[in-house]
Amino acid sequence: MRKYIIRRLLISVVILFFVAFVIYALMRCLPTSYVEAMARQKSMQPNSKSYEEWMEQLSAMYNMDGSIIEGFFQWLSQILRGDFGDSWKWTVPVIEKFNDTVWLSFIMGVISFALEIIIAIPLGIIAATKQYSVTDYVISIIALAGISLPTFFFASLLKLVFSVRLGWFDLYGLVGKNFRQLSPFGQFMDKAYHLVLPITVLVVISMGSLMRYTRTNMLEVLSADYIRTARAKGLSEHKVIYYHAFRNTLIPIVTIIGESLPGLFGGALITETLFAIPGIGFASYQSMVSGDIPFSMFYMLFLAILTLIGNLLADVLYAVVDPRVRVA
Amino acid sequence: MSEEKKNNASLNEALEKEETLVFEVNKDNEDYSLNDDRRVKVLSPGQLVAKRFFRNRLAVTGMAILIFMFVFSFIGGVLSPYGEDQKFYRMDTQVKDYAAIMHNEDFRYSAADSTLFSSSVQAQAFLAVSQGKDSFSYRGNDYEIEVVTDNYFFIVKNQGNIVGLGCKELVTSSAGGNLGFQFTLDALMAHAAGESEFTSDGKTYTMDEDGVVYGNGEEVAYISEYIVKAIMGDVVFSREFKNELIDAAESGQKSFQFTDDNGNEAEYILKYDAAAKLWDVQQETATRIFDTYSSPSKEHWLGTDRNGMDMLTRLMYGGRISLMIGFIVVLIESFLGVVMGGIAGYFGGWVDALIMRLVDIFFCIPSMPFIIIVGAAMDAANVPSLTRMIYLMLILGFLGWAGVARLVRGQILSLREQEFMTATEATGIAPSRRIFKHLIPNVMPQLIVIMTMGLGGTIITEATLSFLGLGVRFPFASWGNIINDVNDTFVLTNYWFIWIPAGVLLLLTVLAFNIVGDGLRDAFDPKMKR
Repeated sequence: MRKYIIRRLLISVVILFFVAFVIYALMRCLPTSYVEAMARQKSMQPNSKSYEEWMEQLSAMYNMDGSIIEGFFQWLSQILRGDFGDSWKWTVPVIEKFNDTVWLSFIMGVISFALEIIIAIPLGIIAATKQYSVTDYVISIIALAGISLPTFFFASLLKLVFSVRLGWFDLYGLVGKNFRQLSPFGQFMDKAYHLVLPITVLVVISMGSLMRYTRTNMLEVLSADYIRTARAKGLSEHKVIYYHAFRNTLIPIVTIIGESLPGLFGGALITETLFAIPGIGFASYQSMVSGDIPFSMFYMLFLAILTLIGNLLADVLYAVVDPRVRVA
Repeated sequence: MSEEKKNNASLNEALEKEETLVFEVNKDNEDYSLNDDRRVKVLSPGQLVAKRFFRNRLAVTGMAILIFMFVFSFIGGVLSPYGEDQKFYRMDTQVKDYAAIMHNEDFRYSAADSTLFSSSVQAQAFLAVSQGKDSFSYRGNDYEIEVVTDNYFFIVKNQGNIVGLGCKELVTSSAGGNLGFQFTLDALMAHAAGESEFTSDGKTYTMDEDGVVYGNGEEVAYISEYIVKAIMGDVVFSREFKNELIDAAESGQKSFQFTDDNGNEAEYILKYDAAAKLWDVQQETATRIFDTYSSPSKEHWLGTDRNGMDMLTRLMYGGRISLMIGFIVVLIESFLGVVMGGIAGYFGGWVDALIMRLVDIFFCIPSMPFIIIVGAAMDAANVPSLTRMIYLMLILGFLGWAGVARLVRGQILSLREQEFMTATEATGIAPSRRIFKHLIPNVMPQLIVIMTMGLGGTIITEATLSFLGLGVRFPFASWGNIINDVNDTFVLTNYWFIWIPAGVLLLLTVLAFNIVGDGLRDAFDPKMKR
């Protein structure tokens, strides 16, 4: 088992190395004029460094003058030391901005993920146990609709209904107008209140695939021989489904949950942008659109690392949860 | 010999395993004997898949939606009476304050020497004139008054020099600006004397009976007891316009029409304010403006958008682009995926390992940020819309092949071990034929399913990017960039017909692709159904 994990870990590092190279190459492929124009524009901001300083920092960091390979290794040596440079857009070190924003995204992600699990898994199981019933069709269609809903359209609909027509929520932002006058608890509640719509969007958009996944796996398990055996020996249907079948369905579900866990740090790019929630997704969207190279590079690398950790977790969890697939 | 033939026959049989015919009891022919061939209907696997697919009501609904979308987008655009970017206008009359006319009934003064003819002196002069005196003194200076026209025009002299004048008529420069005292005096004198020619500062001017002064054939100034002032600073009135305006004001007309030199016709409304002795002139212009955000009507079933284009037509052309991008991207993805996955699966070994690591790498590249950065860079470089669209398709295609490759490789790995593949090897079929005739067709079912699902996903991605303004750009329409307008809170609140239809079409299309993909999966693989 340990050998397996180490092997997977090493492969992941190699993959990460190449992904980093692709990301670096993308940055190098941007026209120099664009980079210079953006740096010039950013240097106009208050508290910003001068244009020369930005360019100096940029070439020190990415070695723009050297060849791609040379530059890549220089950049790699910088980031291995944890130095990601200063963000142009935010005029603070990239890591600082990252620290400021990532936790909000993480909290949002965790809440919506928890809700997603609570809603999707039971519904998936119900749909599977009552296959071809009306319930099954309704749940399947809801799941498919969730997958098919474009985030921005659903968010706009919610805004129209709940913010404009009913006036329950603000259209944008994390805090209300009178945030500063509130007590600490009131401030907490204000933030929580502003997160209701974004979290709803996240849950509805993402629960569809988990629901379908649960249903498919449950169906597979239900057609297994040991379930027939369990029924044959006269167990109650309740016990068959929630004891024997459910535990076996958990194997792939735990795997897929493990895979999604690191992604919770990645933020929700579109949803956060639509609701102007200052999480990592919104911050990086603004950075990317305004050509903030240090922050964008960091964010892409960060996402790649999260994906790799997710895959690793999935593989390891699969082996941990299901002794049958354990690799010698 | 016959032994070999038999062997071949059994091998062929094994080959045909993939095309096993399915027999079904044909209920209409129950009177045939049990082993009569006519008793059974022969269905090929393809027919069987189709049958299973069409039995699935949900999938058929999805298919119907898709057919509707294709007809709507590809045929609707042809049938629509409007073009993709045809703009519509509406006439709008705008009434704005345009000018003011004042009838001057007070003396207006003009000074040659402002110290000797200050405003206090002007007041003294006015007093003297109204009392009929011909001289007065003020602060030790003696002034003489020479009345040119009774109660209308007088000149003030100090020690024989003209220091100022007072007149109820005004000399106004046609070009704007100051005319100078001497010119004003000469013009007024000539006007008072009824002369048609006068000389000032060595130049000769002519004057017509309306009081217009010409120098070298060009209009220099005019004399009038009406003052016409423009409300807006940048408007200069022509002489004719002023004449007409004054005529209208004098004759008490409420409104009149005037066509200016550029041929713009406008209606003017005059309002007389008796207390201030002022006419307010309002201009009523009919301007052609873009018919933006007009509500649904008979001409425009879904209204018009921000640019005054017919919404329904935009939706049709938008559907074309969205569907086309979806198809092209999925074709690129599948082509790359099948080639790479096929090579990896068929050859195995280090080729497989290499390609699979490449797949891993592509899986890890965050595609959304990638495209956003490229989009922002293209924004800065002002890449034309069409080029942008092509880049978008290429990038989406190149970033998406990894999933297809993984699927194809997995399939081929398991197919390679099956008997019919051993049979193809034993019968000595060429490798290329083995791959394209026997392997690829067996991958097709899964491939079709993943492509159908992928279409939905790609359309969403494209729409999201266009919504963010980083995908398809104006003048091209796409469902995403049509909804883009909703970023404006005013549109979100007031114009549902701008963004809801596009969103519904988008949702329905993606949903239909997913449902059909699901239905196809079930139809291809009946094992999933209990």
